[in-house]
Order: sequence, then structure tokens, then C-alpha cells
Amino acid sequence: MQILVQKTVRCALVILAVSALTFLMINLLPGDTAYIVGGEEATPADIEAIRKSLGLDQNIVVRYLTWLKNAASGDLGESYLTHEPVLSTIIARLPVTLELLIISQCMALILALPFGIVGAYRSNSMVDRLVNGIGFATLSIPSFVMALLTIYLFSIKLRWLPATGYVSLSANIGANLKSFVLPGLSIAMIEWVVLMRVLRSDMITTLGQDYILMAKAKGLPPWRVLLQHALRPSSFTLITVLGIQIGRHLGEAVIVETIFALPGIGRLLIDSIYARDYHMVQGCVLLITIGYVIINSVVDLLYTALDPRIRTEGGHAG
Amino acid sequence: MQDKDTGNRLGFTFWISIVWIVLVVFSALTASWWTIPEPDKMDWDNLSVRPGTVTDNAIFQNKTGKETSPYTYWLGTDTMGRDQVSRIVYGSRISLSVGLLAPMIGLLIGGLLGCLAGFYRGPLESTIVAAMDIILAFPGLVLLLAVTFYLGASLKNLIFSLGFLTIPVFCRVARAKTLALSGLEFVQAARLTGAGNMAIMLREIIPNVIVSVAIYGLLVVAFMIMAEGALSFLGLGIPSPTPSWGGMIAEGKEVLDESPHVSMIPAAIMFMTVISFNLIGDSLRSYFERGKHQI
Amino acid sequence: MMICSDTQPILEVNDLRALLPTRRGMVNAVDNISLRLHPGRTLGIVGESGCGKSMLARAIMGLLPARSIVPSESIVNFKGHSLISMKKARLRKIIGREIAMIFQDPMTSLNPVMKVGQQIAEVICFHLKVSRKNAHKRAVELLDLVGIPMAEQRANQYPHQLSGGLRQRVAIAIALACEPKLLIADEPTTALDVTVQAAILDLLAALQEEKQMAMILITHDLGVVAGRTDETAVMYAGKIVEQADTKELFHQMRMPYTHALMMAIPRLANRPHTKLQTINGQPPDMVDLPPGCRFASRCWKAQPLCIENEPSLKRINGQGHKIACWYPLESI
Repeated sequence: MQILVQKTVRCALVILAVSALTFLMINLLPGDTAYIVGGEEATPADIEAIRKSLGLDQNIVVRYLTWLKNAASGDLGESYLTHEPVLSTIIARLPVTLELLIISQCMALILALPFGIVGAYRSNSMVDRLVNGIGFATLSIPSFVMALLTIYLFSIKLRWLPATGYVSLSANIGANLKSFVLPGLSIAMIEWVVLMRVLRSDMITTLGQDYILMAKAKGLPPWRVLLQHALRPSSFTLITVLGIQIGRHLGEAVIVETIFALPGIGRLLIDSIYARDYHMVQGCVLLITIGYVIINSVVDLLYTALDPRIRTEGGHAG
Repeated sequence: MQDKDTGNRLGFTFWISIVWIVLVVFSALTASWWTIPEPDKMDWDNLSVRPGTVTDNAIFQNKTGKETSPYTYWLGTDTMGRDQVSRIVYGSRISLSVGLLAPMIGLLIGGLLGCLAGFYRGPLESTIVAAMDIILAFPGLVLLLAVTFYLGASLKNLIFSLGFLTIPVFCRVARAKTLALSGLEFVQAARLTGAGNMAIMLREIIPNVIVSVAIYGLLVVAFMIMAEGALSFLGLGIPSPTPSWGGMIAEGKEVLDESPHVSMIPAAIMFMTVISFNLIGDSLRSYFERGKHQI
Repeated sequence: MMICSDTQPILEVNDLRALLPTRRGMVNAVDNISLRLHPGRTLGIVGESGCGKSMLARAIMGLLPARSIVPSESIVNFKGHSLISMKKARLRKIIGREIAMIFQDPMTSLNPVMKVGQQIAEVICFHLKVSRKNAHKRAVELLDLVGIPMAEQRANQYPHQLSGGLRQRVAIAIALACEPKLLIADEPTTALDVTVQAAILDLLAALQEEKQMAMILITHDLGVVAGRTDETAVMYAGKIVEQADTKELFHQMRMPYTHALMMAIPRLANRPHTKLQTINGQPPDMVDLPPGCRFASRCWKAQPLCIENEPSLKRINGQGHKIACWYPLESI
């Protein structure tokens, strides 16, 4: 339990630091913020209005504290364009990004697991080397190019799936899932490599252990040894990496959501940047970053929960 | 790739990658003298044409006056009739500038901080590590977008902000290597001869760390090229009309069904450049680590 | 311990060889081994670390490392059927069920992330096609049988929550789960405290008596085989160098190596601070073997003949005592 408290405190401190930095980023950078928001066509009167609405005429510490107070109570300001509250807009878009996250990571796992397991079981065979080679090359393909490749192959050439067009979950589940296939695939086709490598490496180590020999000595068939005895001890690093990938996903989501026109947080951020919607940009950056920190902390805790050795040692004596 | 027994010599893939990089750098440097059209010269008669199309009235960048001569669009043209060869070659200037200069910032600053942290330990190390953790707490692309929003997109800003993001990574690598080296005998020996800390640092530690960090830097270069590509693709990198590989890919997206070459050719060039840096970095890493104890 | 020489041997090994891949080439880890084991009897295999005794056990079970080679002339017959030429699927029905093995270090041979009871139940479920519930019941019974108190609770624990002795008892329970006819115990007490060793060996002896199992007891300690085995084979550098009924062996140690092993055992009767006897030198490099007797470089009785010619295992009397030595110790 002590560990839990410690990590939560640390997480909170990082969030505080991050929020302060996010705030400072705008306010201490060169260039008058009001001009940035106003753009090149703004008149002096516009600039003045912007300045007033953003509260730029006040002391920075005061501004930060005001902002912090507001943020803590859920008020992140209003969108300059739509005049809707920033927080509720972001929250409304959250499910889409989450769905993309879940679907893409599942796809990445589906690709990574078999190749990782087979790669460890038959390490350095032709198949293993081929897979490793393809994996290496895949990591040199940026996600936006992978997205275009999936569109070209599945949408244009094969005509299996539409390239864009999001259907919400409540409207039609089938169509909704369909609209996530290509985006998920674009992300998964790159992410699987890192997952596969980690799993393969851990499994090679595990397969050299005595208890695997013991499992074979019980007469268990290979697939059973691999899946029931070797997989679980080898998955710790995998799960940690999966957690870290999930954090990075937030960055990838921006690109993929934009290409496939999915109404998620990433696309919201981009659109807000194009539209120079100051509050929205700040709100997005803040929430995405906080989400990232929280996810990493949760992964950290999860790791502890999964390894029974750590779990029971911390708790009661044997 | 690390499991191969034969991966310890600099083989075929290494040299081919070097050749490609040299080619790209050469073309970036000498682009102004080539007999190609200007990168933003639009040929309305030849929009999105296939590679290999010949045109009669191209106007070259180095020729004044109205002389026209036949020219083959070896890589086709884009949606506005601009020669892809020319755009790729000029675009490589952007990709290479960002790709090579940004990591240098990270290497110098991050590498130095890492060495200091690993060598002096104590509160200095704790502070540096904490600062790096905070930078790493930000999802990279989001930070990048925020910076380009607030500061505006220019080559200089891009290089600095991307460079800034690589500082924690280099710091980590340098620190790990410094920690490993500090315990080794030749450092103890140097101390015994009365050498001061600074001298030890400069003479013994840094030369060894630099090799590791530089090799890692190649992988960072590959990543930077992809990152710049992503930003340009989103329209948040170098503003047009300056050609950039990412921007070219974005423009080709509109005609992906009829003329895939508009996107795919710059994508292929980017891929080959990125994988070359990755292969060089990977090969060098295996080469230098053979025989040394791997923990 | 009974002597039934007229029944068929349960295990018959002839000219068994195993070549293992190493960085420097293939190594003859098991070199021309022949044994015979009858039901209910115990065979002790004694030797230094690295002499190939563990690999011998693995070769019998068909569990050699990948890319190992067993030449086709080798014979391993269990109940008359050849284990070597058997299809893998059929072999897997036999090991774990009719032939079981206990490994040296129970901390590493038990799966750390699986409950102890489940590791026992899984063998029962797989081989005997019993329901999960019944298998679990049986697992708890087995834990009780091997002398683990509070068996029901222990079954739900993980290996790291048990002491070394208890863990080895669990390993024994796993091995005995399907009532095997042959049990191979590879250094079952080496990783345990001295105080626990005797208890484990006694447990094995009692269970063997009760279930009428044949047993192969592998150890580096001659003291362990004394009084607990019917027959003993001494291994050195992949070969058997002396083989006899245990009583006979201890009475009439003929091979100098066996004698040296015997001398190396510290005795309670020795005066305090008696220097421990060790055998000088190192076992030979298995990749680069000497042409003659493999023990010659460390043997105080070595003659030029020993260095040039390798002695083969030969009977020396009517009671089945075999040795491989040109100049055996004098018979008493």
C-alpha cells in the first residue's frame, strides 16, 4: 500500500509540473500571444479585445493561479470559435480516441504474439530472420505513410473498406467498427514490431529456464508449454512496453485521426491549431499530457500487480 | 538483428546505406546546378503525369530566356505539374537539415548533461534526471505541435524544438555509458596519477561516450526525418511553397487513386533514407559491441 | 530392496551416446552407456559435476537440448519399447506418466508464476483425463502424501512461498502424480540444506517401496548411494568407469577414481581439522579428449598404457562387477 501512495504522490507532482510548464509555455514565449491568436489580419481593436479576454494584462503569477484554480474546478475556458466550454468538447471527443487506442493495440498484439512466440521457439530459423528483417524495415515507415499504404491497398485497390467516414457507436456498431479498421491497422502495422521484439527476447530467456524443461518432462505438448508455462513469465516487459506505447499512441492518434477524419482528441488539437483557437489548444495539450502521465503511472502499478512474487512479498509473509 | 552471428562485420547493407546517404547529401548540395526545372515551376499541360513522361517545353532553372527543350519527368509530376525530381532534391535539403542538425543539439546538450550526471552523481544527477523525466512526461508530437503553434513554423524553430525533444534521450544514453565507464580501471588509474576530475572527464570518459552516443544519434537522425515528414504532412512544418517530402506526400493524397506515384515516390525516397540511417546505426552498434561484455 | 533378476528389466540402455552442440563443436556428453534396471530396484549414478549424468537422464527421457544428436545405434528400451525411435507424440504420453523426473533445484524447476497445486493437477489432467476438480483433489492428497502439512492451503501458494525442502516435496508430488513405474531423481538433495537432505531421501525410499517403482538416483555424493541403492554406476567424463551391486562396490572398490571419491567424503569419525581430501586436477576437456583413459591425468596409479589406450568396461567377477581400468586396485 505504501508503494501505491508513493506513486500517486509522484504522479500528482508530475502533473502539477506539467501543467505549470504548459501554462508557462504560452506566456513566457517571445511574441505577443494576442498577436498569435489574432493572426495577421487582426486590427488593433481586435488585439485589445483578445488581450482582455485572455487576461493578458495581469501579473503572470496571478494568471497562473487563476488558471490553475479554474482548471481544477473544470473550467478551461471557452473555445474561441464555437464558444463551447473547452473541457466538455474535449471529453466528448475522448471516446473516439479511446476506441482507436483499444482497437489498434489489440491488432498490434494479434500480430506481435504469434511472431514473438514462434520467433523465440524457433529462434534464428529462416522464418525468424525474415520476420525480424521485415520488422526492422517496418520501423522505418512513418505512420502517415503506413496510413496511406493501407488506404491504397484496402480502400482503393481492393475496395474492402472506406477510407474515411466515421460512424458513431450508438448509430451502428458494425459500421462503427468498420470505420476503425484502417486507422487501427495503420497504427498496429508499425507498433507490433516493438511488442514482438520484446516478447521474443523475454521468451528466449524464459525458454532456457529449468521449469520449462520440467514442463516438457511432464509430457506436455509444445504449444501447451509455450502458452501456459512460457508466456506468462515472459509477458512482463511486454505489458510495460504496451503501456508505454499506449502513452505514445496519443501522439500517433493525431496523425491517424486527421488522415481518416475521425473526430477524436488528436484531430481536435490539429483543427484548433489551424483555427488558432488558443484556449482549445491549451486545453488539449494539458489534458493529453495529463492522460499520458496517468497512463504511465498506472502501467507502473499494473506491473507490480502482475508479478505474484512482488505482490505477495509486499503483502503477507509466506 | 542482434541475434545474428554474422552481424559483426560491416556488410553489404551497411555500405549500400552509406552509398544512398552520400547520394542524397550530394544531390541536396548540388541541386542548384542540375539541369532540372525549378521546384515550384508549374507545368499545366502535365499535371500528375506518370514517371517517364517526356515534355517538350520544360523551362530549366539555370537557363534564362525562352529556350525550351525536351525533358523527361523521370519521377513524374505532382498535382500542380511540378517536377518531382526537382522537388525531391530540394526537399531533401529540409529533411537533411532538420534530420542532421536537430539531433546535434540533443547530442551536445543532452550528452553533456548525461556525462555530468553520470560522473558527478549526487544532487546534480538527481536534478538532471528529474528535469529529463519532466520533459519525457510530455508526449512528443503534442509538444511539437504546441511549439509550432506558439512560435510559428520555420526551419529554425523546427530544428530547435525537435532538438530540444531529443535532449532527454541523449542524456539517458550518455549517463548510462558514463556510469558504466566510471567504474572501469582506466578511470581509477587516472585518478591515482593525480588527475583532476575535469581532466579525467575530458581525456578518458568523453571520447568513449561520444562513440556510443554518436552511433545512437544515427538512429535519432532517422527518427527526426520521419518526425519532420509527419509535421510537413500535417501542414505544420515548413510552409509551402518550399518543397518538403512530407508536404509532397500530403499533396499526393488527393490523387492517391489515379496517380499514386505523387505520394509514393517521395514516400519511397524518405523510406530509403530513414532505413539507411537505421541500418548504418545498427551495423555500427553491432560492430563496436562485438567482443565487449554485454550486460 | 529386492533382487528379482529373472523378471524383464523395465529399462534397458545399450550403447547410448549423446552428442551435444557447443560453441566449439559437438561434444560426446554421454559416451557408450549401457545399463539395465529391473522393476522395484534402485540404481545410483555417481559422478562429478559435468560428467554427463544429468545429460544421461535427459537422453533417456528424450529431453536433450535442441540440435543434439543420438546415433541410431543407441538403444533405450522402456518396457520393451524403444524410446529413441518412438514418435514424439507417443513419447509424450509416456514421460510424466510412466517415467517421471525430479530436478536438482526446486526453486528453478517449479514455475514461479503458477500455483503449486495447479502444477501438480496439470499432469493429472493431461495424462489421466480427469476433471479439474478431481485433479485438484488428488493434488492435495499428493501434497499430503509427500509430507506437506496444511496441504489444502499450500496447494494455493506459489513456489517462492515455500521453503526449499517443501518445494522439493512438491516436485516429488508432481513426479508421482500418475504413479510412474520409473522415477529418475537428478541430484534431488544437492540444493537443499543438509538437515533436509536425509528427510527427502527417506521420503523417496518410502514412496518407492510403497509404489514398487524403479528408481535412478543421480548424485555426486557417494555417501548418498550407500544404503539407498541396489546397484551403483560411477561415471567419469561421459563414460561408466565402475559398475556393481552397491554392497559389493563399497566392499571392493576397484577403480582408483571411485576410491578417490570415497576418500573425499568427510567422516564424522575423523579427528577435528582433518584436511579434506580432494582429487587433484580437473576433468578433461570434452571437446578435446585425450586418447587414453580419461582419468589418467589425475590418477596416482597411471602407467604409460593408461595414457595411450582407453580401457573398456569389463566384468571382473561373477557378481556383475564391471570396471574400466588397466590397473585396478587390488581386491580385498
